[in-house]
Amino acid sequence: MFARITPIVIKEFIELKRDKWARFRLLVPPIIQMLLFGYAATFEVYHVSTAVLDLDHSQESRELISRFTSSNRLNVVEVAQSQREINSAIDASDAAVALVIHAGFAELLRKGQGAPLQVVVDGTNSNTALIALGYVNTIAAGFAQDYATDLAQRIQGVQGMRQVQVTVEQRPWFNEDLNGRWFFVPGVIGTLTLVIIVNLTAFAIVREREVGTLEQIMVSPIRPAEFILGKTVPFFIIGLGEAALVVAVGILWFQVPFVGNPFVLLLGTMLFLLSTLALGLLISTLCSTQQQAFSMNFFVLNPFFILSGFSFPISSMPQVLQWFTYINPLRYYLVVIRGTFLKGVGLTVLWPELTAMAAIALALLTLSILRFRKSLE
Amino acid sequence: MKLRRLKAIAVKEVLQIWRDPRSLMIALLLPFTQMFLLGYGVNLDLKHIPVCTFDREGSQLSQALLKHFQASQYFAIVRNVNSYPEMVAAIDKADCGLAIVIPPDFSERLNDSETASVQAILDGTDDNTANIAFGYAAAVVNGYSSDVQLSWLDRQGRTLQQIQPMVVQSRVWFNEDLESRNFIIPGLVAVIMALVGAQLTSLTISREWERGTMELLISTPVKPSELMFGKLMPYLALGWLDAAFCLALAALWFGVPYRGTLIALFLTTTLFLFVVLSIGYLLSVLIRSQVGASQIALLVTMLPTTLLSGYVFPIDQMPPIIQDITYLIYSRYYVAIVKALFLKGSSIPELLTPILFLVVYAFAVMILAARAFRKRLD
Repeated sequence: MFARITPIVIKEFIELKRDKWARFRLLVPPIIQMLLFGYAATFEVYHVSTAVLDLDHSQESRELISRFTSSNRLNVVEVAQSQREINSAIDASDAAVALVIHAGFAELLRKGQGAPLQVVVDGTNSNTALIALGYVNTIAAGFAQDYATDLAQRIQGVQGMRQVQVTVEQRPWFNEDLNGRWFFVPGVIGTLTLVIIVNLTAFAIVREREVGTLEQIMVSPIRPAEFILGKTVPFFIIGLGEAALVVAVGILWFQVPFVGNPFVLLLGTMLFLLSTLALGLLISTLCSTQQQAFSMNFFVLNPFFILSGFSFPISSMPQVLQWFTYINPLRYYLVVIRGTFLKGVGLTVLWPELTAMAAIALALLTLSILRFRKSLE
Repeated sequence: MKLRRLKAIAVKEVLQIWRDPRSLMIALLLPFTQMFLLGYGVNLDLKHIPVCTFDREGSQLSQALLKHFQASQYFAIVRNVNSYPEMVAAIDKADCGLAIVIPPDFSERLNDSETASVQAILDGTDDNTANIAFGYAAAVVNGYSSDVQLSWLDRQGRTLQQIQPMVVQSRVWFNEDLESRNFIIPGLVAVIMALVGAQLTSLTISREWERGTMELLISTPVKPSELMFGKLMPYLALGWLDAAFCLALAALWFGVPYRGTLIALFLTTTLFLFVVLSIGYLLSVLIRSQVGASQIALLVTMLPTTLLSGYVFPIDQMPPIIQDITYLIYSRYYVAIVKALFLKGSSIPELLTPILFLVVYAFAVMILAARAFRKRLD
């Protein structure tokens, strides 16, 4: 059996070696994608452009504004003179947040009568708006708190007046600074492997079919299962290489910590590769030309990518789509990658994901081999 | 440029599209299904974030705080744990994204009129979810804190304002309910149109080369610019159809408010279609194999469009060099235009900058494409 598989494997590697374009495709796009994702994909919110309108011109209003200016979350880009300027700054997207302090602010503040700070937020990007609004509230609450303590001391002459209240401390685990790169960069390992391996596998077989060499191979003594094995072994090895390349860029270039067990990641990667190979194989049996394979890949891969939890949380999807994610191997692989990279969890936690991937791989492989046999007849 | 020859090419192309129903189906079904599927999948709104509670006190006051969490639509309490390791395991397994830890001296401190602090342990793996979850948690705790303060002040015979010198009155414009779908779906239309548009025309010239019909075309008196416009026109019609599909789905099915004028939408969409179709055409001229052309078309459209167009990831949060690169991404302008038309109801003069960029882009690509095509067989 091996005597028949090995030549196929060697043939495949030789083909790859002679195909300059294929080598380019294997090396350059992954690195570019990795860099783009690492730098461009982020939901973090810093330096939100802010417009300020101070109609009170008091010491208090200036102090409040200086609290906003000194935060690195907000960036005061415009000091407006009228409400109209504020409105047009938001309309023209020059500012995403506007702070308005009306005349009489300091007076109300001194009397402790709930002086209003008006905040206008451009809600177009709801995610940014939500987070920016959170920062504005935190800064304003800090100011109000300090002022209240101060006021109580002055009015009542009580030193360090006690104040009953409940506060909440933020304790993020695994990613203390909530660095967005740590979330996206490991995820790219999964999406890249999926796209590259499914494409390679689907095209390799469809090409043989289109060019007509598939028939030649079929008249040779090789059996379909052996042919499939010979075809997929090289891609399995390439897939491992791609994954290693992307992991290396993530750890060495983007400095994402890897705190888990590399062997668990390796196991997860191997199971994931099996599912992607099977998926590629399955697509190849449904197409007779490379052009069709191409459209098909796009059609299949985009949903796999979006409905995986890579950037959009699965728990926010409608129930029907959540069911679909259960058959998406990328969903499980992302949990394994992020679990091993950031959380450092091992088999005791990740076994359900690994089992699910093994089951999907087995089901897809069986299905694709059956279909592949049929498509030869 | 002669209209007669242009028309002849257009008619030929229409016939070719019409007689290849499989490709036509792809051109029409692909945007529809993608829009439908992805429209539901792209959602950043968080509701029912799974929460673990670790109440180390178990008093009336601590339970009252947890009731506030239970009542919030943003949280769903999935488990009450009794030990630290149990909590660690729940976070490790991602059973919960947030754990609320109430210290053993919680009510003692409140009864002594002091500040009591609870901990919000977040699964920081997904930084955005953690950030938003903490924002909601802080709001819940603040609400509870005011309740405690009110009853405390009541006992002292004072009013709330004495400890609340300032109130924040916030208003959200354009997307009043802060629904992520309202900004992602208009962007998604742009992304899908960019992908499908370039795919449509990326085959049109390479197909002639591969099938050998290019020799015939070259022997006719048709000029490069006539060939280009003749070939683009039928696809423009297809593009209009696709765009109308996607935009209608966005507004009618997904209920994204549309506040602009239809004429502005029509004009800007046509402009954008010209850009993407001529980019596909240019690639088709440059690369003579069908597969090569469509692969490159996908490569140059998909990733830049999804990542750098600002459809989900805000451009102003990217590093300066990447921000500079985004000026080259034509989808960036259309994404900005569609979002502004949908949510802000902007008029054409307000959108002049992105429109001008698209006009320049369209001209540049069309000139390049017309120049790149040589009537030579080599």
